[in-house]
Amino acid sequence: MDKVWDYAPAPESRDIANLKPSYRMFVDGQFVEGSGEPLKSINPGTEEVLAEVSTASGADVDKAVKAARRAYDRVWGKMPGAERAKYIFRIARLMQERGRELAVLESLDNGKPIKESRDVDVPTAASHFFYHAGWADKLGYAGLGPDPRPLGVAGQVIPWNFPLLMAAWKIAPALACGNTVVLKPAETTPLTALVLAEICQQADLPPGVVNILPGAGDVGAAVVNHPDVNKVAFTGSTEVGKIIQSSLAGTGKKLTLELGGKAANIVFDDAPLDQAVEGIVNGIFFNQGHVCCAGSRLLVQESIAEELLEKLRYRVSTLRVGDPLDKNTDIGAINSAEQLARIRELTEAGDAEGADRWTSSCPLPDKGFYFAPTVFSNVHQAMRIVREEIFGPVLSVLTFRTPDEAVAKANNTPYGLSAGIWTDKGSRILWMAQRLRAGVVWANTFNRFDPTAPFGGYQESGFGREGGRAGLEGYLNV
Amino acid sequence: MAAPSTTSSAETTGTPASGPLPPALADAVRDDASLRRFLHGLPGVDQVGVEQRAAGLATRSIKKAAKLWAIDTAIGMVDLTTLEGADTEGKVRSLAAKARRPDPDRPDVPHVAAVCVYPDLVATAVAELVGTGVGVASVATAFPSGRSNRQVKLIDTDMAVQAGASEVDMVIDRGAFLSGRYGQVFEEIQAIKAACGDAHLKVILETGELATYDNVRRASWLALLAGGDFIKTSTGKVSPAATLPVTHVMLQAVHDWHESTGELRGVKPAGGIRTTKDAVRYLVAVNEVAGPQWLTPTLFRFGASSLLNDLLMQRRTQLEGHYSGPDYVTVD
Repeated sequence: MDKVWDYAPAPESRDIANLKPSYRMFVDGQFVEGSGEPLKSINPGTEEVLAEVSTASGADVDKAVKAARRAYDRVWGKMPGAERAKYIFRIARLMQERGRELAVLESLDNGKPIKESRDVDVPTAASHFFYHAGWADKLGYAGLGPDPRPLGVAGQVIPWNFPLLMAAWKIAPALACGNTVVLKPAETTPLTALVLAEICQQADLPPGVVNILPGAGDVGAAVVNHPDVNKVAFTGSTEVGKIIQSSLAGTGKKLTLELGGKAANIVFDDAPLDQAVEGIVNGIFFNQGHVCCAGSRLLVQESIAEELLEKLRYRVSTLRVGDPLDKNTDIGAINSAEQLARIRELTEAGDAEGADRWTSSCPLPDKGFYFAPTVFSNVHQAMRIVREEIFGPVLSVLTFRTPDEAVAKANNTPYGLSAGIWTDKGSRILWMAQRLRAGVVWANTFNRFDPTAPFGGYQESGFGREGGRAGLEGYLNV
Repeated sequence: MAAPSTTSSAETTGTPASGPLPPALADAVRDDASLRRFLHGLPGVDQVGVEQRAAGLATRSIKKAAKLWAIDTAIGMVDLTTLEGADTEGKVRSLAAKARRPDPDRPDVPHVAAVCVYPDLVATAVAELVGTGVGVASVATAFPSGRSNRQVKLIDTDMAVQAGASEVDMVIDRGAFLSGRYGQVFEEIQAIKAACGDAHLKVILETGELATYDNVRRASWLALLAGGDFIKTSTGKVSPAATLPVTHVMLQAVHDWHESTGELRGVKPAGGIRTTKDAVRYLVAVNEVAGPQWLTPTLFRFGASSLLNDLLMQRRTQLEGHYSGPDYVTVD
C-alpha cells in the first residue's frame, strides 16, 4: 500500500514508568535483597537492560512461605471476609490510580503495545481485584457449602505473556478466599508484579499476606514443592505443568493448571465476514500471539475460504508493528530472543512441510525482537504448525466442508483451552459449543476476558477454573 | 464479456452509470427478485464487532505533521453546508467566500470541496464560485424526507442541475427500502442519476432511519449498483446522523465495490461531525478500512458546517503553538 499519510510517532513517555535501576523481592511486607543470582530484565523492544532484579534462593523461598504461614495463622485466615474485602478494594483502587505507570512499565518489560497494556491488561487486572473483593464476605453463597474455609498458603507461578494480569488472576481470588500468597513472576517480566507488591504495601496489607519472589524456574520449583504450601496454581507451558503435576502427586496439595492451547477459530459461510476478520486478527495477533487461548488455527468453510483469506491478508497488512510504547502500534515486540527463535524454528518447519507462507510487508525496527504477522495456508492437520503451540503472531489456515468436519478438526488436538465460532445462526453456535472440547467457547467474538467468566481448559490445557464463581473453588477447602 | 447481461439489465432497469458491471453484479440487478436475493445474500454485519473495531481505531493518536496533514486534508474535504429554511442569498454568498478562502489571514489554507445548499440557492452559489475549483452541491429529491412522487423529484434534480450544480445529494425513499421494495429505490436512484447528467450523484441513505448495520450495508450496495458516485450517511435532519461504525460499514462497502469492479466510489458522512478530533478519527477509518487511496476529496467528504471553524482553529494551534479561540475565525 502507498503511504499517503504517515502517522507521526506518538510514543508514551517512558518516564511515567518510574523505572528504578534495581528491584528487590517482597517478603513479609518488606522489600529485601534476595540471595539468589540477580537477573537483568530486558526491554524486548530495544534489547536494552531495564533494571537489575534480585532473585530468591531456596532459603528465601522458605522464609517467604513461613511469613505467609504466619500471616495466614495470625491475621488473614481468621479475618472476617468483609474486612479482607476492604484491603482488596483498596488494592484495586490503587492499581487504577497507578494505571498509567503500570501500563508503561508493562510495555517496557514485556514488549506488548501500550494500547493493550493501557486498555486491556491494567483495567482487567484491576477489575479482577474489584470483582473478588465483592466475593470475600459472600463465600457462603457461592454454592460451595455454607461456610467454605481457605486452604492456607498458595504457591503461584505465572508466565511472561500477561505479567500483571496473571498476577491479579492469581492473587485476587486467593486473598478473597482467605489464603496467603507466595508468587513467582516470570524471569523475563518481574517488574509490574513488584510494583503490585508496592501497591500491597501502600494498601497496608498485613505483612506476609502477599510475597513476591522473582527468579527462574528453580525458584518456581522450590515454591510449588515447599512442604508447607497447601495450594499450587500454575499458568505456563504444558511441559512444566506436567512436571508440577507429577511432583505434587500424593502430597495432598490442591492444584490448578492453566497451560498451553492451539485454539480453533471456526468461520462458517454465513458469518459476518468483516467482523470475523477482526476476530481472527484479534484472536492471533493480540499480544503478538503470546496468548495461551490464541486462535492459532483458523478453520474456514471451503465456500468462503478464498474471499475470507483475501480480506484477512488486506487487514493484516494494515497492522502496525513496532515500538511498543507508540500509541499507534498494533503489534509490539516478541518477549525474548528465545521465544523469537522458537517462532522462527516453527515457521521454518511450516515452510519445510510445504505450507504456503504469507507475511505482511510491514517494516520492522532494526533493534529488538520482532516478527512480522504471518499466515500459513495450504496447511494440513499433520504439520507441526498445526499441532504445536507457536505462541507468536503466526496463523495456520485449514478449511472444512461440513459442521461435523469442523468439530472433528477443531477437537483433533491434545489441547482444549478455547475455541471461536463465527456464524449468524444461533442454533449452530449452541450445537457447536456442545461438541467442542474447549474450556472457553467464544461466539462471534474472540479473546474477550472478564473476571465474572470462568477461564480454564481441558486435557493438556490444564484443569481448574479462574474467575467467576467457579474460580473460587480452587482456593477453598471444598 | 458482460455484454449479454448488460443488455438484459438495460431492458428492465436502464444502463448502469459507469460502464458494464461484472457478470455477478449485472445478474444481481436483473430484476426485483434478483436484487433482493443479492442484497440479502451479503454477509451480515455484527453490531458488537463493528462497534468494537470503530472504537478501537478511534484510539489512534495522530500528532504533529500527521495531524497538520489531516487538518489540511479534512479542510479540502468539507462540503460546507447550509440547509435551513431561513437561508438567504446573503448567507450563501458569505459561505461561498468562506469556502474559497477559509482563513483569510492564511492564504495557504486549501479551499473546501464544495458548498452544499438547497436547489433555489444554487444559482447564487454558482455565481460566487465559478472558476474557483469549489463545487456547488445541491440537495434534491424532496430533501430531507424524500416523500414526494417521482416527477417532483426529477424536476427538483433538474432544477438544481440547470442552475449549475456540479453535485447532487439525493435522498433515498426509506419507506420503500424498509418495506423491501428495493427495485423501486434502485430505479429511482438510476432515474435521478440520469437526470444529473455530468453532475456527481451522492446518495443519502439516512442511516439513522435504517436501524441496523445490515440495512446500511444493503442500502450502500443498492446505491452503488444503481450508479451513485458517493454514498452519504445522513441528511443531518435525523438523529443519529453520521456515526463512526456506520461510516465503517459504508467504507467497507466502497472498498469491496472496488475489489469486485475496479471502480472507485466515495463516502460522505454528514451531520454531527463538529471537531477536528472527530474528523481525524474519520480519516483514520478512511485510511485503514477503505484504504489510503480514498484520502482525497474526490472520494471522501465531510458534510458539515461548524467543523470547518474547528479545523481552522486547530490548524492555527498547530502552527502557532497556542490556541486562539473562536473570536479569530469568521462565524457565518
